[in-house]
Amino acid sequence: MSLLAAHDVEIERGDRRLLTGVSLTVEVGDIWQLVGANGVGKTSLLRALAGLARLGVTGDIEHDQQRLYLGHAPSLKKTLSPLDNLRCHPACDIVVADDVIFSALASVSLAGYEDRPVGSLSAGQQRRVALARLLLSPAPLWLLDEPFTALDASGCDWLDAQIRSHVSGGGAVVYTSHQPSRFGSLQQDIDLTCHVC
Amino acid sequence: MSADVPLLSLRAAFARQFLRHFKALMSSPADMANPLLFFFMVVTLFPLGLGPDPERLSTMAPGILWVVALLSSLMVSSKLFASDYEDGSLEQLAIAPYPLSVLVLGEVTAHWLATGFLLAVVSPLFGVMLGLPQHGLGVLCYSLLLGTVCLTLIGAMGSALTVSIRRGGLLMSLLIIPLNVPVLIFGTTAVSEAIIGGNPSTWLALLGGLAMGSLALVPLAISAALRVSLDN
Repeated sequence: MSLLAAHDVEIERGDRRLLTGVSLTVEVGDIWQLVGANGVGKTSLLRALAGLARLGVTGDIEHDQQRLYLGHAPSLKKTLSPLDNLRCHPACDIVVADDVIFSALASVSLAGYEDRPVGSLSAGQQRRVALARLLLSPAPLWLLDEPFTALDASGCDWLDAQIRSHVSGGGAVVYTSHQPSRFGSLQQDIDLTCHVC
Repeated sequence: MSADVPLLSLRAAFARQFLRHFKALMSSPADMANPLLFFFMVVTLFPLGLGPDPERLSTMAPGILWVVALLSSLMVSSKLFASDYEDGSLEQLAIAPYPLSVLVLGEVTAHWLATGFLLAVVSPLFGVMLGLPQHGLGVLCYSLLLGTVCLTLIGAMGSALTVSIRRGGLLMSLLIIPLNVPVLIFGTTAVSEAIIGGNPSTWLALLGGLAMGSLALVPLAISAALRVSLDN
């Protein structure tokens, strides 16, 4: 079953054409990594795939499945606690019980930090709060923009394991990263350098 | 995840967005006190500038109070979506499987409660400071209650249009002040009418009409403006 189909996508920013002729079909069980140098258009493509950018994007992008998008910005309110942030997250469409949030926060090694303001946590910890959403969302398609940044080695391993279990459980992941391939034969790369004009 | 997880209704999504924003506002009381402090300072300064003649002050009071209310609403609403834009919450709102206009209305409602509503409730105090006759105080409060609904919604629209522009404050003021003018005129006239002993209900009804109209239509404009702002 395909979760996302993009055909012949072309992205322009201002008067500059960024990418052209990008096609990909994301099936259940797929892991796609978007690779390419800084400024090549990885984030732009991911935003287009998420349905966030429409201006300057031509081509067909079909996404009828629920998707979870995690961008550079963590989408957390600094003055609220991790618990409140996850409880009232704007993109979540299910009722999440508090104990589920507690166990998600414990899973990202933030047990004991539930009630502190997010602004008082370190960058890596804030990243972990944002990533805890992966455990709370029923969306089958994950679109992750540089998910490994600011994470320590154990955090990267945790995320690695989450992605693996997500795709084996009927999901799919598209992510951008400068790190070399982490998933070996499980993943497919799409090198955007070939699509630059 | 299994399919038996209860889906969030639209009303619950609205309430959640309201709660999120309201809690965030409550956790920074200084930001909430700012417009009130501004209001207080300006109202204290007017008698010093105009002279302490109570007769003169009380005839000018409706205009002064309403202009200051408009300016303080302008001041706070310019930043309404700024933090959401910076921390990425707006992207998440836009991607949520609910109409953006409804979610945004939840946020604007929280904002109005913390600013416009508070201002309207406290306004009789400021009215007394300017020597507004007693029978005008209720109408002042009532007109501000209705008027700040319009001002907040229009301000939110301006904020949504300019949120992606650096230093968009001036542009926003230019965009929304003309839209605020009818609200100002109806509001001031209602209070003036009450002071001279007339019947302010016509003007209050017009203000109410404006409030209801903007409540129905402006969220659609806000969501369209936010989508444009996110698009670049």
